[in-house]
Amino acid sequence: MNGMTMKRSFLFRSLIIPLWISFLFLPFKGLLPAAVLFVVLSVTIPLSKALAGYLKEIRLPDLRLTRFVPAGDRLGLLLLVPALLLPFAGDNYITDIATLAGIYIILALGLNVVVGYTGLLNLGFVAFYAIGAYGYALLNTRLGLGFWSAMPLSVLSATAAGFLLAVPAVRLRGDYLALVTLGFGEIVRLILNNWDSFTKGPNGINGIAAPQVLDIQIGKISLYYYLVLVFVLVTVFVMRRVQDSKTGRAWIAIREDEIASAAMGISTTWHKLSSCAFGAFWAGLAGTLFAAKMRFVSPESFTFMESVLVLCMVIIGGLGSIVGVIVGALVLVLLPEVLREVQMYRMLALGCGLVFLMIFRPQGLFGGKHAASDR
Amino acid sequence: MQLLTVKSLSKQFGGIRAIEDVSFGVKAGDILSIIGPNGAGKTTLFNCLTGFMRPTRGSILLTDRELSALPPDSIGRLGIARTFQNIRLFREMTVLENILVAQHARIRYGVVSAVLRSTAYKDEEKSLREKAVEYLELLGLEALAAKPSGSLAYGAQRKIEIARALATGAGLILLDEPTAGMNPLETDEMMALISNLRVMGKTVLLIEHDMKVVMGISDRIVVLDHGVKIAEGSPPEIRSDPLVIEAYLGRETH
Repeated sequence: MNGMTMKRSFLFRSLIIPLWISFLFLPFKGLLPAAVLFVVLSVTIPLSKALAGYLKEIRLPDLRLTRFVPAGDRLGLLLLVPALLLPFAGDNYITDIATLAGIYIILALGLNVVVGYTGLLNLGFVAFYAIGAYGYALLNTRLGLGFWSAMPLSVLSATAAGFLLAVPAVRLRGDYLALVTLGFGEIVRLILNNWDSFTKGPNGINGIAAPQVLDIQIGKISLYYYLVLVFVLVTVFVMRRVQDSKTGRAWIAIREDEIASAAMGISTTWHKLSSCAFGAFWAGLAGTLFAAKMRFVSPESFTFMESVLVLCMVIIGGLGSIVGVIVGALVLVLLPEVLREVQMYRMLALGCGLVFLMIFRPQGLFGGKHAASDR
Repeated sequence: MQLLTVKSLSKQFGGIRAIEDVSFGVKAGDILSIIGPNGAGKTTLFNCLTGFMRPTRGSILLTDRELSALPPDSIGRLGIARTFQNIRLFREMTVLENILVAQHARIRYGVVSAVLRSTAYKDEEKSLREKAVEYLELLGLEALAAKPSGSLAYGAQRKIEIARALATGAGLILLDEPTAGMNPLETDEMMALISNLRVMGKTVLLIEHDMKVVMGISDRIVVLDHGVKIAEGSPPEIRSDPLVIEAYLGRETH
């Protein structure tokens, strides 16, 4: 009986997903391409599943080198090669998108600390991103500070904002917390929009300097791509190690059961504060990188939709999973570019995608039972 | 030596007196059971002792440290650990990780040394994991170490909760109905386990409904009824106490 329902649900999944995707394509490409797409997908989806099972069985020869790299990291290192070669292979447009994706990865990993690990729903996370971006923009244009001297300050101010917002907010739970953070995000945007004398209001700030490394101006997008890549690697590196520390475990424990965590002697208040501050830290970094990339900031870049987008990245990939969040960020940055042709229906497709994701993989693409212990 | 002293503890919810003027003490190394009909205030008492509820009046002393105004995590760090009536494991974490979290308060390294993977971090994490495995072995759970705790059988989850309470290093363990929902075989196993805690030098405070368990392993018993302590004594004394019989069976009316 159980086997039968499983078989049926497998059939359902491997047919309904291609059907849905081809249906979405129908209005744009006509009947024939949609039908082809359906056939291709309905073959490749089960096949890739079978292949994935087969790949798991393969054992890599135990070279001396592999001993130094944990099994999970080998794939990551493998992916680094195309990432390093990208500016040579692609044109400026692709590099530009990839740079933006890198910034969003940092931002989403920051939100993942708050939502994914600690389980605090933050709907105004973009505020810290904005503080990081405006921090660098203002320090650079008003005080003439360079990228490397302004960055610690702008990141620190985002971190401090994260901590200070958390002080009243951690007393709240669930919906209430979400509302307060939502409000905070809007307040920051409104201040940026209305404080004309300081932030130049809706006109935004332009003429922000590009960073400099050893007398080289990182103005060119391919160079800037590498700078962002370095920061992404640093973020992932630090994130994984914090996740495997007592602090990371305490955050996850609070998400799992706040009362039990307190009974274990974990200060839930302190750890919620530190998680909000730590998350905001990376948002500040992402904001600084964003301002330095665009050389221009305006309140328009920091709307509520942006918070939702980043939250989607975290949820799509799988709450609490670093790999998942990276994939989520890549998907949500790249997908709109790929679907640019059918721009009108982008949000529709995204919405449908999210609904289907929640039906078929409520834990996210990469979040599994072990999302919490993904390492 | 008196490890825990509760003095005229009261807890009111609005007009309802959940606990009224309850006093008792627990000697180090004892197993003290708290029994009473449903709604007698047993779990409320546990919640007061562990800081999840603030008592309206009275004092709670751990040796000579006043606990009644402290938050739960401070009390946890001072050496009281508990299990919950409705199991509260970190369900998506593995069994081993549950035990690691419990050792949180004993870990000395900071975030920076965790990021740098300093020797302090490595040494401490290694010994944490070894200790965690020891705790699991103690309860016969080592085979489950890598399983997500939420997916395990009920009896195993109860045991993990006890392993987790032990792993905090607390000297006083509060067990809230550890045999609830268990079959007779599992109950016997749990009894042996609780007696074993005493051998390990732990002091145990136990809420339990199963009279076989209570009479079998308790050194002393406190009986609550409608928030009031109606009796205290050794198992034989409690068994023959008329007030206790009345509370459990009702007054004879003929």
